[in-house]
Amino acid sequence: MWSIVHKMGSPPWFYRFANRAIAWLLPIVLLALVVGSIWGLLIAPPDYRQGNSYRIIFIHVPAAVVALAGYYVMATAGLMSLVWKIKMADTAMRALAPVGAALTFIALVTGSIWGKPTWGAWWVWDARITSMLILFFLYLGVMALSEAFDNKAAAAKACAVLSLVGTVNIPIIYKSVDWWYSLHQPASIKFTGESAIDTSMLYPLLLMILAFYGLFALSVLLRMRTELLLTYRQSAWLNAEVS
Amino acid sequence: MLPELGTFLRFQAQRHLQAALRRPGDIVGPLIFFLMVVTLFPLGLGPDPAVLAALSPGILWVVALLSSLVVSGRLFQSDYEDGTLEQLALSPHPLALSAMVEVFCHWLLSGMSLALVSPVFAGLLNMPTQAMPVLMSSLALGTLCLSLIGAVAASLTVALRRGGVLLSLLSIPLTVPVLIFGTAAVREAALGYDPTSWLALLGALAAGGCVLAPFAIAAGLRISLEA
Amino acid sequence: MPADLLKLESVDLDRGVRRLLSGVSFVVREGDCWQMLGSNGSGKTSLMRAIAGLTRLGLQGDRVCTESVIYQGHLPGLKSLLSCRENLRWHGSGRVTDDFQKIDVALARVGLQGYEETEICQLSAGQQRRVGLARLWLSEAQLWLLDEPFTAIDVDGTAMLEAQIQRHCEAGGAVVFTSHQPTRMAALKMLDLNQYAA
Repeated sequence: MWSIVHKMGSPPWFYRFANRAIAWLLPIVLLALVVGSIWGLLIAPPDYRQGNSYRIIFIHVPAAVVALAGYYVMATAGLMSLVWKIKMADTAMRALAPVGAALTFIALVTGSIWGKPTWGAWWVWDARITSMLILFFLYLGVMALSEAFDNKAAAAKACAVLSLVGTVNIPIIYKSVDWWYSLHQPASIKFTGESAIDTSMLYPLLLMILAFYGLFALSVLLRMRTELLLTYRQSAWLNAEVS
Repeated sequence: MLPELGTFLRFQAQRHLQAALRRPGDIVGPLIFFLMVVTLFPLGLGPDPAVLAALSPGILWVVALLSSLVVSGRLFQSDYEDGTLEQLALSPHPLALSAMVEVFCHWLLSGMSLALVSPVFAGLLNMPTQAMPVLMSSLALGTLCLSLIGAVAASLTVALRRGGVLLSLLSIPLTVPVLIFGTAAVREAALGYDPTSWLALLGALAAGGCVLAPFAIAAGLRISLEA
Repeated sequence: MPADLLKLESVDLDRGVRRLLSGVSFVVREGDCWQMLGSNGSGKTSLMRAIAGLTRLGLQGDRVCTESVIYQGHLPGLKSLLSCRENLRWHGSGRVTDDFQKIDVALARVGLQGYEETEICQLSAGQQRRVGLARLWLSEAQLWLLDEPFTAIDVDGTAMLEAQIQRHCEAGGAVVFTSHQPTRMAALKMLDLNQYAA
């Protein structure tokens, strides 16, 4: 176990690992995305209340799920960087934040597009979408902090502390936004709740969620590899590896 | 060790309070800021007392949050600039505790003073009198949470040249629960309901914050010394 | 054989992703006085901060350092709104003291008699450095880490500090300081950082 952790911390090992992982992931993720999209957008039956407009959940829900999970992955990388001082964890954090922010942004935009036919407005201060917006702010904070430091090692540690603080706060934020929403109780259509989703919609949704996890891992690995190439462009091992 | 730690912490507290009291403008300034921003709301929303009364819990809490953000930027700043922070970090006493002393002193002078004078501002917005004690207690508890959050953000940004805006970016998402619980307590009280559960939630946040924040603050300060 | 107060064994020092120094090894024993030399940007301050334990991120290798250490960096560590006397009550290396008499004696020794109640912000840069030196008198620390201690100090002050450093070493303490200027101190050991440049 420890030897794996230590190996993962070494940039040459990780560079080779990233190369292999990207080569494997790329076709699988593309296939899953194409199949999931066709299945969800064309084959799955229309919703009896919302017609075809519900189909945006095949993008919206996976993006939202992976965006939230991504924050926890980032915080885990932060913990590894703080406790075990693993160099690659620093790189991972820097790579994770923009990807997570992008997914959160996709979830927000698709949510707002979905809101137009459903609620008749582009933006509704619904509990879930508000929590998503705050998650987006949390990601932006980590990105801004990582940009602000000149010393990259210090930047990574600072982001690690911030994302750990955010991790403790996220459940509190979600719960409080929930209570805030029920306290103000607007007369809105409640449709995200109880009605159980039919398997004909569930399977493509699950496939899309898996595909988004794969897409997330792929983008992070690509960003990490790019950063390795930039950071170690003058070192011997990398030049030997590339040529 | 322990009695010496007590002397040390008392000395640190005394040092902060003394320095702050020699420059009273720093204490009064945020209160005047609060007053001025509260004045802007009737000008923007119109003078209708009923409208102002209905919006007053939210207005007062948002303005309290803003003025807390403004003053949080000063936390640790002078200690960082004059090198006291280096000495605190090298001292055998835990940095988390000396930082907490500073946060408490900061809260006493900013948050508590704001809570004490808040009824005046509430009166300006025509808030019902029965809500005032709840406003004061919610602000007292809530500004402690805000000071802790601000201190975490300040510890991470104190070494950065343009840390001010960044500090707000880092703090605001984290302050959401405080704002929600605080406004809910005051709103319930203004409507004549029982606000205890909301105050209890604020108290829980403050207690949890006092336990966890020191670790984050100390880690943040040590990182800032590396930058 | 005098005891080791500080020991670095093939230490590497990074700043961010850039390596500043590699393979630094040196031992400071009781009675030693080390001057750290090196051109601008050679990592004197960074190494000093790492030795003191202020920075840990960039340091790889073994560092053993005594607990009884006082560090004076570029920043004075003085509160500008408090008086000299109040400021000298505490320092990072030690405990809080109430012995005002001792503080006043230390202030007199660095030529600041009559300034006990003056706030730091009223003093000149050189006078503030002298308050910092008064700390060395008050400190009980064995190892002094002084980063550029001679900046902003006049001729008198320089001579005084040199004498102070020598006396401390003779009494079994040790000093590591950085400076570009040659000093008149005897029994000085030199650590040239240029030879460790990465």
